[in-house]
Amino acid sequence: MEAPLFTYTLRLADNALVLGHRLSEWCGHGPMLEEDLALANMALDCIGQARNFYTYAGEMEGKGRSEDDLAYLRDCADFTNILLVERPRGDFAFTILRQFLYSAFMHPFFEQLSASKDERLAAIAAKAEKEMAYHLRHSAEWVIRLGDGTEGSAARLSEALADLWPFTGEMFEVDAAERALIEAGVAVDPASIRPLWLETVDRVFADALITRPKDVWMQSGGRRGEHSEHLGHLLADLQFMQRAYPGSVW
Amino acid sequence: MYAQALNVAEQATHDDPEKLARFQARIDAEEKIEPNDWMPEGYRRTLVRQVSQHAHSEIVGMLPEGNWITRAPSLKRKAALLAKVQDEGGHGLYLYSAAETLGVSREELVEQLHSGKAKYSSIFNYPTPSWADMGMIGWLVDGAAIMNQIPLCRTSFGPYARAMIRICKEESFHQRQGYEIVMTLARGTPAQKKMAQESLNRWWWPALMMFGPSDAASQHSDQNMKWKIKRFSNDALRQKFIDATVPQGHFLGLTFPDPDLKFNEATGHWDHGEIDWAEFNRVVKGEGPCNRERIKARIKAHEDGAWVREAALAFAAKRAARKAAAKIAAE
Repeated sequence: MEAPLFTYTLRLADNALVLGHRLSEWCGHGPMLEEDLALANMALDCIGQARNFYTYAGEMEGKGRSEDDLAYLRDCADFTNILLVERPRGDFAFTILRQFLYSAFMHPFFEQLSASKDERLAAIAAKAEKEMAYHLRHSAEWVIRLGDGTEGSAARLSEALADLWPFTGEMFEVDAAERALIEAGVAVDPASIRPLWLETVDRVFADALITRPKDVWMQSGGRRGEHSEHLGHLLADLQFMQRAYPGSVW
Repeated sequence: MYAQALNVAEQATHDDPEKLARFQARIDAEEKIEPNDWMPEGYRRTLVRQVSQHAHSEIVGMLPEGNWITRAPSLKRKAALLAKVQDEGGHGLYLYSAAETLGVSREELVEQLHSGKAKYSSIFNYPTPSWADMGMIGWLVDGAAIMNQIPLCRTSFGPYARAMIRICKEESFHQRQGYEIVMTLARGTPAQKKMAQESLNRWWWPALMMFGPSDAASQHSDQNMKWKIKRFSNDALRQKFIDATVPQGHFLGLTFPDPDLKFNEATGHWDHGEIDWAEFNRVVKGEGPCNRERIKARIKAHEDGAWVREAALAFAAKRAARKAAAKIAAE
């Protein structure tokens, strides 16, 4: 079995990489030039976070795996990101609402992780926390604009919410390995973030004139390597060069 | 990135000769012309066209490189490529703003791009099937663009000149980054070397075409030179580019796809073979390998985003109305 801290760090890296990849798909195709730049900014933040976490995970593992080995040479079953981030980018309402739901969680999460007893995780989180504050502000503003914009934009936002909501539960899951890290003061207990997350969601949704769905079954599996059909296609794109030309330096 | 290839001077307009003389005196004295200054209509129109073509080139130029963002071969390359394409979007933004100071809106300019009325640099009508193309675009295309753009930092219209100073700094960085990608390939495995060579074979001639028709065939440069919108001839800039680039390629062990390329001891320059101007004209006219798909991709992004822009406007209007209502209620 892998060391808990390695698994924990890898999950953080996989979430950031897969979401960063999805955001990067918008580059050159955004709804307006300013938003094209903003989406690229958020993608760059996520990819940067992924690189930091992968590098640390590789060092901790001690088998000489680099950030690129971890990103490019693992298959679906070894990826541990939550299902939320691998959903295809959808329309702008989907992308921006996902960014909101994710950053409303990750901002307080990184804030807490920056006080981790593990210094490396704390340092990476301290930088990421500032980035997520921007993602949260930017995406929340858009959720409100779309919800309280036109009839069409409100309908798209509601549709995106119905699609995304069942994937939000996985953010709060904790397994035995993670429980031990939480108790050791290394990892963040997601349960402690839930009230704040709900408060943020409700506050922004109130302005966006939408309500959060109640009592839906929460999908789960990504953290254990059980993924949707979409991740394989994402990896086919992401990993193509490394798979086609193994062992090359780029 | 930009090619001056498409710049065509305006026909003479009927401006007040006295104002025209004063304007020319300012240009001759190297004074910058600012948006609120008097300027001949031809000068304004030439600039609107040139600056907007430049802006469009940045925006369309995001597409061929955007093609590799999701497939970049390492996380470092992925982040660098994404940041580079984002920079190009940023350049488009400053340049549209510079064009707007001349009294034309971004919406109008974008509409001209989509309708085919406005041109953009033809280089972006070539495809990027290989990762090596990301290196080649940086090294050759951005390299050629810098040759054109350094003189534009001193162009007579102030907002354009100032935008170019910032853009040139970023482009030089992109050019070095591109060369470094090519260098890594050239020093890599046989498959990587082959990738680099194959890409150079495809990009070399289109890069030379970026400087536009040869001086003998270009009839419209004189007025632009006199107004100091343009400062060097197409051929002079092209030669400068070739002289700088050929040794860089040879240093990497790459071969240029021009059997007539040789160093001329007498002139101190690299002589080159005949450029295929028929190809150039064909691609400018719209019959390049990607002309139709590039414009369609831009139109699709614009149309797909229409509902987002409408929602933002509707929200802004509602918020303004609510603020006004609250103010009345408070009074």
